[in-house]
Amino acid sequence: MNQNEFLHLIAPFKDKVFRLAKRLLVSTEEAEDATQEVLVKLWNKNESLDGYNSVEAFAMTITKNYCLDQLKSKRAGNLKIAHNNFTDRQPGLQQQVEDSDSLNWVEKIINQLPEQQRLIIQMRDIEQYEFEEIAEILGMNETAIRVALSRARKAIREFMTKTHSYGIG
Amino acid sequence: MELDKIELLLEKYFQGDTSIAEENELKLYFSSLNVAQHLEQYKLMFGYFSQGKEQQFKQGIPLLSKKRQVAWLSIAASVIVLLGIGTYIYVNYDNAGQSQNLGTYDDPEEAFKETQKALALLSNHVNTGIESVHYVQEYEDSKNLIFKQ
Repeated sequence: MNQNEFLHLIAPFKDKVFRLAKRLLVSTEEAEDATQEVLVKLWNKNESLDGYNSVEAFAMTITKNYCLDQLKSKRAGNLKIAHNNFTDRQPGLQQQVEDSDSLNWVEKIINQLPEQQRLIIQMRDIEQYEFEEIAEILGMNETAIRVALSRARKAIREFMTKTHSYGIG
Repeated sequence: MELDKIELLLEKYFQGDTSIAEENELKLYFSSLNVAQHLEQYKLMFGYFSQGKEQQFKQGIPLLSKKRQVAWLSIAASVIVLLGIGTYIYVNYDNAGQSQNLGTYDDPEEAFKETQKALALLSNHVNTGIESVHYVQEYEDSKNLIFKQ
């Protein structure tokens, strides 16, 4: 497969990879790096790609694994004292203004969910994958996915109801 | 759309039992203007899901072809260098062969004549050289005129 064919192949799902990475890693820059990393990995497997019945599902699986690894290594390194620990973690003014935007409330709520629920919400409610596709990507069975999805949706609802009735945000 | 149907769908939605088509119906309903008041709270949620797909990956993709290009470049460069060295050596070797080949004679008489001719030419040139140096003697003479010992 040459470069053009490859770019053509990944065009329909590279944004999905990016959004999934962003859902897990939160930061846009990290998500961009992760997406590049995943696409390069995919390109390296160039020869064996024909063996997968869905390259997209395969790409999403790589993305999921890569991002979870990133998060794990980040957590392991959390106690390191490095000079970047002293930077101002306060979000910038722009970010603060955006945060008050209520749609970002939903994003914040979703980002508080456990990783697996975040993955499932992202793939079902935003990317609108079928359950069997999600099952293939995550290597779980459909029932477990339905249960996790239901929990995630209810958790979001709970947060939203709170926000709605107390008028926060 | 009737309200009770939406409420039913919502119930199914939170159980994780809706199909994609049903979820799209919900999204459509909550993006419309006439959302029932007690369902207002879900508007944000479905609104977020609908706009979540708009984010795009705009960065370039650093494919490994760059490395391949570098590999090809280095191969091309080394071929050129090798060719250069090769032709240089080849040409030089050829020249050396020509300069070593000074020619020879089979007939000794002819060789003798040619040698004489060559020596005569040489001495002739030496003579003209010496003639052009004769005027240096003038300096010597005038020096002797002035500094008499």
